[in-house]
Amino acid sequence: MANLASEFIGIKSPNPFWLASAPPTDKEYNVRRAFEAGWGGVVWKTLGEEGPPVVNVNGPRYGAIFGADRRLLGLNNIELITDRPLEVNLREIKAVKKDYPDRAIIVSLMVPCEEEAWKKILPLVEETGADGVELNFGCPHGMSERGMGAAVGQVPEYIEMVTRWVKQYSKLPCIVKLTPNITDVRKPAEAAMRGGADAVSLINTINSITSVDLDLFAPEPTIDGKGAHGGYCGPAVKPIALNMVAEIARSPETAHLPISGIGGVTTWKDAAEFMALGAGNVQVCTAAMTYGFKVVQEMISGLSDWMDQKGIESTADIVRRAVPNTTDWKDLNLNYIAKAKIDQDLCISCGRCYAACEDTSHQAIDMSDERVFSVNDDECVACNLCVNVCPIQDCITMEQMPIGATDPRTGEKVSDKHGDWTTHPNNPMATAAE
Amino acid sequence: MPNSIATNGVVAERLDQQTLADNFTDLHPPLDDHEALVAADRCYFCHDAPCITACPTDIDIPLFIRQIATGTPDASAKTIFSQNIMGGMCARVCPTETLCEEVCVRETAEGKPVEIGRLQRYATDTLMGKGIHPFVRAKSTGKKVAVVGAGPAGLSCAHRLAMLGNDVVIFDARAKAGGLNEFGIASYKSVDGFAQNELNWLLSIGGIELKTGQSLGSDITLDGLSNNYDAVFLGMGLAGVNALRADGEDKDNVLDAVSFIADLRQASDLSKLSIGRRIVVIGGGMTAVDAAVQAKLLGAEEVTIAYRRGKDRMSASVYEQDLATSKGVRILYNVQPERILGNGAAVGVEFAYMQTKDGKLISTGETFELRADQVFKAIGQTLNGAPDALEIEHGKIAVDEFGRTSQSGVWAGGDCANGGEDLTVTAVAEGRDAAMDIHASLTA
Repeated sequence: MANLASEFIGIKSPNPFWLASAPPTDKEYNVRRAFEAGWGGVVWKTLGEEGPPVVNVNGPRYGAIFGADRRLLGLNNIELITDRPLEVNLREIKAVKKDYPDRAIIVSLMVPCEEEAWKKILPLVEETGADGVELNFGCPHGMSERGMGAAVGQVPEYIEMVTRWVKQYSKLPCIVKLTPNITDVRKPAEAAMRGGADAVSLINTINSITSVDLDLFAPEPTIDGKGAHGGYCGPAVKPIALNMVAEIARSPETAHLPISGIGGVTTWKDAAEFMALGAGNVQVCTAAMTYGFKVVQEMISGLSDWMDQKGIESTADIVRRAVPNTTDWKDLNLNYIAKAKIDQDLCISCGRCYAACEDTSHQAIDMSDERVFSVNDDECVACNLCVNVCPIQDCITMEQMPIGATDPRTGEKVSDKHGDWTTHPNNPMATAAE
Repeated sequence: MPNSIATNGVVAERLDQQTLADNFTDLHPPLDDHEALVAADRCYFCHDAPCITACPTDIDIPLFIRQIATGTPDASAKTIFSQNIMGGMCARVCPTETLCEEVCVRETAEGKPVEIGRLQRYATDTLMGKGIHPFVRAKSTGKKVAVVGAGPAGLSCAHRLAMLGNDVVIFDARAKAGGLNEFGIASYKSVDGFAQNELNWLLSIGGIELKTGQSLGSDITLDGLSNNYDAVFLGMGLAGVNALRADGEDKDNVLDAVSFIADLRQASDLSKLSIGRRIVVIGGGMTAVDAAVQAKLLGAEEVTIAYRRGKDRMSASVYEQDLATSKGVRILYNVQPERILGNGAAVGVEFAYMQTKDGKLISTGETFELRADQVFKAIGQTLNGAPDALEIEHGKIAVDEFGRTSQSGVWAGGDCANGGEDLTVTAVAEGRDAAMDIHASLTA
């Protein structure tokens, strides 16, 4: 069985699965249960400064979107940082860390953008024995209205400034958590790096309204007839998160900046994908909130089995494996030709591929009177829509045309040479090949 | 409870009231909201869906299921009713396992089709439960049409004609309308007086006058109707029952299964119905299954369906056969009654084993006897009293694809016509399509 032991910016944990800073890590009770279930680490739910704690709404905090059979695909929340007194959280962190020395405990922090505030809280965190801090520059609701969370994360100069204070007043490893509610995620990542951050974690939640109550005409979740935007997470945000992680991982400026991947990690496979795109470990929230802490056991067994099959001995060997293959569109090989192929033995004749292709694509699927569906290579551009709408896995596949064969759509032979947009004759900016 | 399942002879009160009530409850309980959403989620919204093709009334099944899935069951019901005004009854009695559900792609994929029948019931029950009739009549055409038979074909025809602006008078031989929906379907498929509720709901569109106790050939004649109405639709079903052609068929307690089913449907107190300790049902169709299962549910100890051909030839679906055996009915295949045993009243049946040789069904020469207090004949119905003027084909009124008979101005549909299968849903389709053709010809 593969060894899942993980080391992220010097912080050791028995596996790369951490619980993200969120409701599941708000209390000693939850975190102990999480560790008993097998989680490698937790980022304790964000602490604020000393004094009267924040208050939360007393109506619904979450909204959701669902797939078939009410499978939760996306979750939105308007919960704020911890609403428990600072000293209680610090006492509990210390107690849990003492009992679970092999697990990682990172403390998420959010205090006002003032040097004194950060200078004051950091020694208190160090005293707990926690392994590091994560700066919450991502929370997009509530706290951001008070100049914290995403309000900081959206201004690279603030990120750099606060990170510098943290590194100045603490020896603890520092992770900067980034908001996706920006245009180019590389800018805040670079700012964190300039400020001395040891790593970034991303993504925090996305500004969202999940639905509208059509009787009240108010956004959901609705509090006394009104709704505010919340932060969106869960499986639905994974593609956005993967791209942002990859953007940082493949940018020359930030290529060596460690990343903790967050955003819709639900299975071992999601975790492996984040890591392949550059994440050193992953943080999970919605999957745990949907299914309970036990889901980590599937993540552990799944990742381990896959690593054994691949002959990968250490989780570190997964990290960045897919980064060299993540490129710009202009570098994609236009001479690569594929055609859709329908496995008639697997086909159940639902005709969804036909409807999709005929109505919305290239009229490249034929339907016989007996409801046999077949691909017309003369028209197929290999767009993959049929594959994506087919309810049966592997029934429709994209098959590469052999080199030298003639593409019936264009009448041209499949070339063995790489040819992309940068050298394409239709590109007025093309540089001459060779 | 004076009697039990083991009491000899033909007696009432074999089971207590509670057991009877449990036995005759809904065969498939209706889906609740949650179950309906889960079931609806399984539909793939197929292109040119096979289920639509398999439905004799061409209901847009993927659309009505999507309307359930998106929380609009009323819209879903309208989708169903626009094609099949008796979608409520069809949801209960259609052999979906040989129609829409048999060809569902999820049957292909997983051996478990989308529950189309139960979803259709969910949608239609929802709208009908609100007492909403979703159609209004078009401007009057001034035309008047006579419909003979208030069963599925006649009611479907009448409703469509009325909707299109025609006035309709329905004549039915029985004292109560509904036809096979009311008299010919197993009780557990249509509980709580659904057939009459559906009838009243259907008639609420207006423009349809119902005259019961009017038998064609005695109280009314085709010539009379043709003279007094702009068009005539015949949908009187099959009133006759095929003979066994076995010795002793005239003995007491050799009964028509359809009469048994009708009596059971009309009974106000099931405990008062007499049933034998040992029952033999002869036949291989849905009527045989309905009679056998209900005999068992009434408290008969031994119920046997005897069919002269093999399992694969039985017109009752495998699903229906399984239903029968799950209720404790025994099915014997390849056996044919030779004679009814007994002096005066039947006490048993002598059967011969059958085999098919060179395409012919012949006896193997071996025989056996089964004890029976009652013998139910369920070997098919025949057309009785068809007007002489009409051409007959395969024992039924000959019709073309529009339901037109050999006589101008006269249409026919349902079991009495030589159209499709003898199913409720087919009758509804034929009635509807004839109505469209009648309306077109009257307004041309």
